[in-house]
Amino acid sequence: MAIDVRRAAVFHGPDAPSDDDLATCVHCGLCLNYCPTYRVTGLETESPRGRLYLMTQWTRGGLPFTRDLARHLDLCLGCRTCEAVCPSGVPYGRIIEHGRAELERVRKVDAKRTTATIVMRQVLKHPGRLRTLGALMRLAQAAGLTSLSAQGRQLPKLSEPFKPPAGNVARALGPTRFKVAFLTGCVMPILYARSHEASVQLLQVAGCEVHFPAAQRCCGALFAHNGDLKSARGLREHNERVFASDDYDFLVVNSAGCSSHLKDFYDGVGERTRDLFEFLAEVGLPPPRHEVRARVTYQDPCHLAHAQRIKRQPRELLSSVPGVELVEMPHADICCGSAGLYSALEPEMSRRILDEKMDSVLSVAPEQVVTANPGCQMQLEAGLKSRGRTDIPVRHAAELIAEAYF
Amino acid sequence: MGLGPRTLEKLRRAVGRDHVVWDAYDLVIFERDASITGALPDAIVYPANAEEVAAVLEIAAEQQLPVVPRGAGTGLSGGAVTLHGGLALSLARFRRIIEIDPKGRTALVEPGVVNYDLGLEAARHGLFYAPDPSSQKACTIGGNAAENSGGPHCLYYGVTTNHILGMEVVLSDGSVHWVGGEDPDQPGLDLLGVLVGSEGTLAVITKLRVKLLPTPEAVSTLMAAFPSIESASKAVSDVIGHGIVPAALEMMDKVTIGAVEAHYKAGYPTSAGAVLLVEVDGLTESARELTAAIEQILEMDEAFEIRVAEDPAERELLWAGRKGAIGALGHIKPNYYLHDGVVPRTRLPEVLREVGRIGEHYRLPVANVFHAGDGNLHPNILFDLREKGIMKKVEKAGEEMLRACIDAGGTLSGEHGIGLEKNAFMPWIFGPDDLAAMQAVKDVLDPSGRLNPGKIFPPAGQIEPKLIARSGVASEARWW
Repeated sequence: MAIDVRRAAVFHGPDAPSDDDLATCVHCGLCLNYCPTYRVTGLETESPRGRLYLMTQWTRGGLPFTRDLARHLDLCLGCRTCEAVCPSGVPYGRIIEHGRAELERVRKVDAKRTTATIVMRQVLKHPGRLRTLGALMRLAQAAGLTSLSAQGRQLPKLSEPFKPPAGNVARALGPTRFKVAFLTGCVMPILYARSHEASVQLLQVAGCEVHFPAAQRCCGALFAHNGDLKSARGLREHNERVFASDDYDFLVVNSAGCSSHLKDFYDGVGERTRDLFEFLAEVGLPPPRHEVRARVTYQDPCHLAHAQRIKRQPRELLSSVPGVELVEMPHADICCGSAGLYSALEPEMSRRILDEKMDSVLSVAPEQVVTANPGCQMQLEAGLKSRGRTDIPVRHAAELIAEAYF
Repeated sequence: MGLGPRTLEKLRRAVGRDHVVWDAYDLVIFERDASITGALPDAIVYPANAEEVAAVLEIAAEQQLPVVPRGAGTGLSGGAVTLHGGLALSLARFRRIIEIDPKGRTALVEPGVVNYDLGLEAARHGLFYAPDPSSQKACTIGGNAAENSGGPHCLYYGVTTNHILGMEVVLSDGSVHWVGGEDPDQPGLDLLGVLVGSEGTLAVITKLRVKLLPTPEAVSTLMAAFPSIESASKAVSDVIGHGIVPAALEMMDKVTIGAVEAHYKAGYPTSAGAVLLVEVDGLTESARELTAAIEQILEMDEAFEIRVAEDPAERELLWAGRKGAIGALGHIKPNYYLHDGVVPRTRLPEVLREVGRIGEHYRLPVANVFHAGDGNLHPNILFDLREKGIMKKVEKAGEEMLRACIDAGGTLSGEHGIGLEKNAFMPWIFGPDDLAAMQAVKDVLDPSGRLNPGKIFPPAGQIEPKLIARSGVASEARWW
């Protein structure tokens, strides 16, 4: 069982986690109880502190690399809850993304992950192929083919994809206060067209002239989260040019994973990026026109609550709608187990986490569940379906708020 | 003897195949707690109930293996470090709050329940669990009992031992016992008092009956800024001298204030030499009166700014600065060594001066943030682990600071425990007879000395503490 401590570092590529970042962990353990995988397993190897310790060994040459050890990084959701509670300010999100980039470099082929990477590279990067895929999926659903596989059953019922208005501009309702760009994103227009429509409506109500730059592509967040930093960089550079081409006051994003990625990595554009609810709370909405009677619970998307520390704004906006009864579920800000591709790559752990989440959701007996990220929405829908509660719809919070105006 | 394949197989039969881990790489994560020491265990076991703990201890007894219980591993004195290898016995699967009795105001919990989670559950019944260590969002009730943990509000409410009514424990021979009961006053010898704070050296705790208190009607928090540590220290003594015991009375020095304000904007004046955070609770009327009385005393003691929190949000902000202080210090240097000593309140200024001098001597920045009301000092030595030879300096400075506390009539630890951080210093405050008496108790309950060996009692010979080294792994851990 002897370990050669002088063995060369495993993590040494250009994208390896920085030693300065790793050094900020003081091993206090305050992150443990906030980590979804630690909560369900009770294992410190599946905790942020444990993962940081392993990455530290790999970076400083303490331990050799093994496939089993890679599991511990693979099982991290990347939800960054630990980052929000860390008293030492460990930049966990950045560390794990770089850790994963190194992992992809050193590990042998893993069929599932390779397939995921190929699909990401071949489809997400190309808006045309995405649209075609969406159309094919709709046909498949109509023919009942998707119910043949577990993954297929997880997909929401697809309707017509979101299309920007003519001229790629939506005018403000009332006087124009802001000129904003809207990130249409990769999968959102296909999976959840209604989320986009409602978000744009709210922006118009708030006095925004909303632009949809046609050349924009996937923001690259999914690539970065899964260790493909090279593709993420390519998409970032492309989009930076696209969004810098006009004098937008803000770039508004209604998907938490994307807004977080833009803020963290996009030069120039990042500072002008706002999450939809952050923006609406900042600029204000006119008084609601209609009552919306509903008992609602809100699931915090991790990349909103933890990566961007935005928890208050969506709740305030929801509560401001007359008739809405907002009920807090226990641990609303703990991950639902979706985490981008995680639910497909680590289905078992994802299910265990989702199971706890469903207990929390159902404990407050909501009529609707709202959130602000497509991945969470899909996961929560799958969870409610597995409990036979398809009577409880899961929606983007913007859809519910928009009902107060239209 | 030792941990061969047959013993591992027995352990796996006792607790389930997945609940024994001995892969060398998994062990590395268990080599440390939150202290700056470390050593590898030979295996980690995760039992789920008292029977399984008993079975593990029986196997360990047969094989003469050391056993070290571990909660969340947030301890600061090395209590969960497997100094002599053997089994790390994790209580992570003991996470159930078995019962909350709102009428009797008690809770029956498993040791792995997180302190903060118990608080959340108790709050649903209008109750709270008083001991509130700064790590309360991660540390466990079992670990709190083992270390007899304190916290800001223990000034008024008392430390953990005052809140434990009974415990189910397993001794090193595998026998299971209940000590204490449902009520605070038990006839006979106070065995519970012996076991609470025994740092895992006498028994493994498997269940606890704890006291819950009704949530106070009113809470009032005030921040007072002073020109110097001296004036703030005098104010602390004066408040308590007037017969007022606030729920909490915390002090932060200039270095801490600077770090906190840079990151939290809690509203502490950066021109201050020290800031006090005072909290009183109780009935609305009495809280108001006490606050006014405290304000008056603080003003007489040169407080140049006093702010009473107007609403819960402001109170939260004032506390956010205090609770996040240690993390904020991480922005000055990446690592800290948080020390824990106690001095008589009246000697605070001179000891703090000495602490500052020691820091300067070793050229190590020191920040003080501590429970002033109990005279419980927490000097934070700030450093960068990656600096060559730094650990020796840090260790030496820490030892001298502790010596300064003892010389002022204080003691070794306020709440972090002795562990292997301070066991070598035990002879500073205990004579050979005292230590022999403690050893006699240990010999009765754990005759073969296999429960958390190497802790509390001073080592027989001169043993170098296993401080973590540059690579981040224990420098002299057994395996290397």
